[in-house]
Amino acid sequence: MKFLRQHTSLWLSLAVLLVMGLWPIITGNALERETMFTVLRSVALASSLNILLGYTGYVSFGHVVFFGLGGYVGFYLIAARHWSLWTAILAGGAAAGLLAYLVGSAILRLRGAYFALATIGVNEAVRAFINNFEPFGGPTGMTMNFKVYKAYGGAGAALELSFYILVALTILVVLISYWVRTSKFGLGLLAIREDEDAAEIMGVVAPSAKTWAYVLSAVIPGMIGALFFFKNGTIEPGLAFPLHTSIEMIVMIMLGGQGTVFGPILGAAGYEFLRDALLVSPFFKNMQLAISGVLLLIIVLFIPRGLVGWLRQRSAKVRRWLI
Amino acid sequence: MDAILRSLIDGLLLGFVYGIAAMGLTLIWGVMNVINLSHGSLIALGMFSVYFLFTGLGIHPYLAIVFTAVMGLLLGMLIYAIAVHRVINAPHLSTLLATYAVNMIILGVGTAAFTTSPYNVDFDLGSVKIASAVVPTTRLIAALVAMLVAGGLYLFLKYSRLGRYIRAVTDNRDAAEIVGVPSSQILAFSFGLGTMLAAISGGLIATFFPFTILAGSAYELKSFVIGVLGGLGNAVGSLFGGLILGVIEGLVPMAMPTTWTPVLEFVLFVLILLVRPTGLFGGNE
Repeated sequence: MKFLRQHTSLWLSLAVLLVMGLWPIITGNALERETMFTVLRSVALASSLNILLGYTGYVSFGHVVFFGLGGYVGFYLIAARHWSLWTAILAGGAAAGLLAYLVGSAILRLRGAYFALATIGVNEAVRAFINNFEPFGGPTGMTMNFKVYKAYGGAGAALELSFYILVALTILVVLISYWVRTSKFGLGLLAIREDEDAAEIMGVVAPSAKTWAYVLSAVIPGMIGALFFFKNGTIEPGLAFPLHTSIEMIVMIMLGGQGTVFGPILGAAGYEFLRDALLVSPFFKNMQLAISGVLLLIIVLFIPRGLVGWLRQRSAKVRRWLI
Repeated sequence: MDAILRSLIDGLLLGFVYGIAAMGLTLIWGVMNVINLSHGSLIALGMFSVYFLFTGLGIHPYLAIVFTAVMGLLLGMLIYAIAVHRVINAPHLSTLLATYAVNMIILGVGTAAFTTSPYNVDFDLGSVKIASAVVPTTRLIAALVAMLVAGGLYLFLKYSRLGRYIRAVTDNRDAAEIVGVPSSQILAFSFGLGTMLAAISGGLIATFFPFTILAGSAYELKSFVIGVLGGLGNAVGSLFGGLILGVIEGLVPMAMPTTWTPVLEFVLFVLILLVRPTGLFGGNE
């Protein structure tokens, strides 16, 4: 019982993910599975970014670059080098992690808005580079030969397999996120968020801690990129590096509550369900972007801590078990 | 040789217009430490404003730019009052997201109203010969207007009472407040000025390039690059930054395919942020 009570947030998060993961089996509906795929992808991306943004306090406006790069590397290895999906996913994650390590060691020296600008620059530079990189198909991108899916039991089975891989990856992110939040390493990150200079004086090795937080937040988006574009069947620069996806990730985190484990899950799911509802309504369909904007503005201006943060602020009891 | 000269002049003329856009961004950053992520959509609004004043009401495009500038100033002050003022002292994430939310609202409404198909201000003044290069007259005038606006802004900030207030708030907001400068109004006005510059540059671009409601984001990214080149917060620097970017855009296509230009620009951008975050010409001015 004590074990259960000690980690309420983790159990709550895992329970929510489990319901989402089993939802297609419960309903037995392939369409539901595709909807849930989008939701889980957002949950995983938002939870990953939260390690950097929420715990460390560094705002990455170009986080989608890791998703896109992982996607391109994975796609290339499967389509042109005939690697299996499993190794391609690992390679996508490794490529994203490597980029994060190299770029992070340099740009994490910048603080505040300068860092945010640099991440936009990195995203645009990588996108522009891949636009010109012939092995990756340049501006037209690449398409998957349909025969590739045969090895996974046909296209339908490949879709189903992708979904369960995503469920596993999402659970992995949440475990990592919870570990970071409760570990000594994470405590160092939280200290950096509050006051970086003070943290360094107290013995936190800020440059290396920040870089590892950046790498941790990049690896899973890279793996998901490889998985997503395997399932998608085509890849092109516009699909892989959309700046607005980076910002949607931030919106989801803000909605749920930055710096908490459960917040990004709640925020991502809430955002996706809301967008679905807006998209099917004939009146709001064209105004979807504007409505998301109004929503974001309201959150930023009036509830900057997000839903979980707001609940935590309201009562000490909640604060004890919900992180 | 002629080709190089032509590209160089083309790039320089365009550079002045880019410089004006970047000046708007950097002015807002310099005065209140806010990166305005709605900059691109405000540039696009400037384009559409000129388009509708010209095509709908038959107003001469350069007169339309004057109206556009006034509307830009007012819109900027409105945006500041609604979206920025409440979070002006909050961490950077809040102001970045608040201005991005404004961006989403403008683009969302704009897409619903104008769709994303291209528009074109049907306006031509022929071309003129500079040295041995032939350039469209509209571009030459755009560069002249940009210089005029930049010079006017400089004089305004340097010599007018309001300009002195703005510089006081830039240097030290609390101290300015103590000696009686109404800092909130000055911040709103500065945000309006930045927006005005964005709208003017959009209006100028609309006289020679076709555009869509989404076209602004490309110019916003250019403004970031220029702003960082010239030093964020340094208004004069951003004019030079604009010229440098213009020259790069003019000359790079001679050496390699045009599509490599953005790669060079953004690599340069990140490198300058790393090596000299205060820009080539120093920081706040």
